[in-house]
Amino acid sequence: MSLVNFTTREITCKIVYYGPGRSGKTTNLHYIYGRVPESRRGRMVSLATQTDRTLFFDFLPIDLGQISGFSTRFQLYTVPGQVYYNATRRLVLQGADGVVFVGDSQARQLDENLESLQNLQSNLLEHGVDIRTIPLVLQYNKQDLPLELILSPADLDDALNFRGVPSFSADALHGKGVFETLKSISELVLKKLAAGTAA
Amino acid sequence: MTSALNPKYSFDSFVVGAANRLAVTAGHTVAESPGAAYNPLFIYSGSGLGKTHLLMAVGHAAKKAAPKLNIEYLTLDEYVEAFHASVAAGQGDAFRRRFQNVDVLLVDDVQFLTNRKEMQSELLRLTEALQAAGRQIVLTSDRPPPDIADLDERLISRLSGGLVVDMGTPDYETRVAILRRKSEERGARFEPGVLEAVAQAEVGNVRELMGALNRLVAFQAVNDTSINAETVKRILGLASEGAVSASPGDGCTPAAKGGGGGGGGGDEFGEFLADVTVTVGKAVEAWRARVGEAVLRWEGEGYRTQRLEALLQRDAPAAVDKAIAAFAEDVERLKALEAEVAELDPQAAGQSVFRDPERLSEAEDAAAKVRAGAAPPPGPSAAFPLAAFAVGPSNQVAVSAARAALERPGKKYNPLVLVGKSGLGKTHLLNAIGLELARGKRAVVACLSTQAFIDELIAAIDGNRVDWWRARYRRATALLLDDIHLLAGKERTQEELFNLFNLLQDKDRQLVFTAPAHPNTLSGLEERVVSRLEGGLVAELKEPDREVKRAVLERMLTQQAVHPEPALIDYLADRPTDSVRSLVGLLQRVASAAAAQDGPLTAGLAREVLEGQSSRDSRRAGGFRTSGLVVSSLGGIKSREKVVWDWIDVGDRVIEEFR
Repeated sequence: MSLVNFTTREITCKIVYYGPGRSGKTTNLHYIYGRVPESRRGRMVSLATQTDRTLFFDFLPIDLGQISGFSTRFQLYTVPGQVYYNATRRLVLQGADGVVFVGDSQARQLDENLESLQNLQSNLLEHGVDIRTIPLVLQYNKQDLPLELILSPADLDDALNFRGVPSFSADALHGKGVFETLKSISELVLKKLAAGTAA
Repeated sequence: MTSALNPKYSFDSFVVGAANRLAVTAGHTVAESPGAAYNPLFIYSGSGLGKTHLLMAVGHAAKKAAPKLNIEYLTLDEYVEAFHASVAAGQGDAFRRRFQNVDVLLVDDVQFLTNRKEMQSELLRLTEALQAAGRQIVLTSDRPPPDIADLDERLISRLSGGLVVDMGTPDYETRVAILRRKSEERGARFEPGVLEAVAQAEVGNVRELMGALNRLVAFQAVNDTSINAETVKRILGLASEGAVSASPGDGCTPAAKGGGGGGGGGDEFGEFLADVTVTVGKAVEAWRARVGEAVLRWEGEGYRTQRLEALLQRDAPAAVDKAIAAFAEDVERLKALEAEVAELDPQAAGQSVFRDPERLSEAEDAAAKVRAGAAPPPGPSAAFPLAAFAVGPSNQVAVSAARAALERPGKKYNPLVLVGKSGLGKTHLLNAIGLELARGKRAVVACLSTQAFIDELIAAIDGNRVDWWRARYRRATALLLDDIHLLAGKERTQEELFNLFNLLQDKDRQLVFTAPAHPNTLSGLEERVVSRLEGGLVAELKEPDREVKRAVLERMLTQQAVHPEPALIDYLADRPTDSVRSLVGLLQRVASAAAAQDGPLTAGLAREVLEGQSSRDSRRAGGFRTSGLVVSSLGGIKSREKVVWDWIDVGDRVIEEFR
């Protein structure tokens, strides 16, 4: 997809929050939603179950206005984390410009994190995208939990971040690390976009 | 043609620091007393450090000190263009005079002298002339003279002969001073510490510094909030703590300031927006870099690039790559046109219209004009087809050589020189080869007599179109010259032919010549021409044998719709004749006798006509020519037949000896 359209002067970035179930993807979006001025954000579309589990996906459009003469929009998506919604995940991933992998810092969730990361890789591959080339950042969420329950960011880096992408510790519920993550992925996406249009 | 001095670029608006003090002082000195102190003054520095500003400041100051001074500022490109234009207009001398009358000449960007030999010598000449007349020259470049690639040694020493000064990157204080002055000029006000924070950024040149300032001014205007020193770094995308590479667990998130509640939420988003703005700015500005590259590239090749430069003036032009591609396409077209024109008329190719894509249609018109005016060189005569050339043992060698040359033009026998006495069919064979060569696709066969070649050259010299004349022959795919011995004593033509010969031979284009005798026996030809003629194959046509004669007679008679008795052909073929032409002459005599008697052509009649008359008459009649070839000069001829025509009669000679 064309990220930068020089004719209509538009920049559109699709960023997908990926990760195992209950890792806090929707929470990230909610926090961002709460911080974006009303005039800048669209309606957040959330299809959730009775128990607030994401059923299909969340969608948050953000309009950053005119930047360098370009009308700039970010589209933030989350995928349903549960294993059995893989078809939806794959669908949402289509055309993604960047991926935020939201990991669960709890020690007992490590396997789910790994499994989801592998799932991300294979789903990207199905769209013909190499995980090594797409902008990706990791967020280790729930760092506010008691230390005995969670792994430190360094341990999580060792376990999950074998590609050495930017990683952030976060407490999405209270907003810590949410915008850092978003800034980082935006930068990666926009840089790639610049390189892409130069080619 | 020359740029006007920009009134903004004066010494007053130039911020002086340690890095440029020497250059500015030298500039002042030169402006106060042009031609007296440092001549030439050569200023070099990296891009965006104020060369052009300083150069124009010198111009302004000099003008202020002495308003009557003739001051010219121009970039090297403009100088080159002016030169080309004046040369194209035939006004090269006027160009030189114009610049020699300048009191202070300011030339910007002389690093583009690389690979421009003719401009280098032009500039050398100008520098010498101006210096001799005590007039000032100031030049700028992005590197010192010895570092400009391919620069003539003499020019290096000439340019280095005055004062060479450089300007470095401004230090912190200078940067702050520049920022203050510029923000004042723009009427922008910043909180204390803001400009200092900008100045702390590592920038390579003043232009980047201006870019940073512009971004702040724009940000402040858009956001309606004043910027503090803290936010500067974020806006400019400078290294600041807690950004992308924030280590996990690092608690210093800006969110902490907002208190996590809804009230401070705009802050986080604002920062995010500022971040994205910088990144997007860099991303979409990438097109600028691409346009800039394109400008540099085409400018370097000597093309005008206003169209691309206009793109840079706009904020966010649509379809930049398309515009660049379209520009490149236009340049390619110009190149093709120029190349085509250069082949037809080298003088016309120098026109500036072939260097300006904005004037493509004019270039097309100019090329069409040249095309229309370009006459092809004279071609072979259709009257001499190869099929009509009678072949026999006497000319077998020459004909096989011709056929071999036709099979692989330019590669097998090049040049092919056909030698033989007059009337043996050299001209016929030469034209026949020409006709065969002309069948090829895009073949341009020049086939003419040497005399016509000489006459054309003389006319070209007379009309001042020698370039055009040369170009006409240079694009020939084959050159065939009849009677090459006529070059004897024509030194200029030999010179031209020598050059043309080398050029065509290098390109594997077939060359064929005819001569009455072996080239090394021809007098009046330069050794170098002779040796080149001998370099290929010299094939001799001998006196016609019976077979050839029979073939010629049969063809002649068939053409005249006469069915001769075999005895007539036998008789005529057995007559001693030293050339085909004289054989034809014999036949003509018999035919006219038959016509006079209104009788048939018979062997008996032939015998009666040819043996019953005096030798004098027979010779005169023998001069009757059918081939239509008239050789206009006898210089260097060793042909017996041609000499014999002018020889006195035997009877007269006996009488003469008696006396």
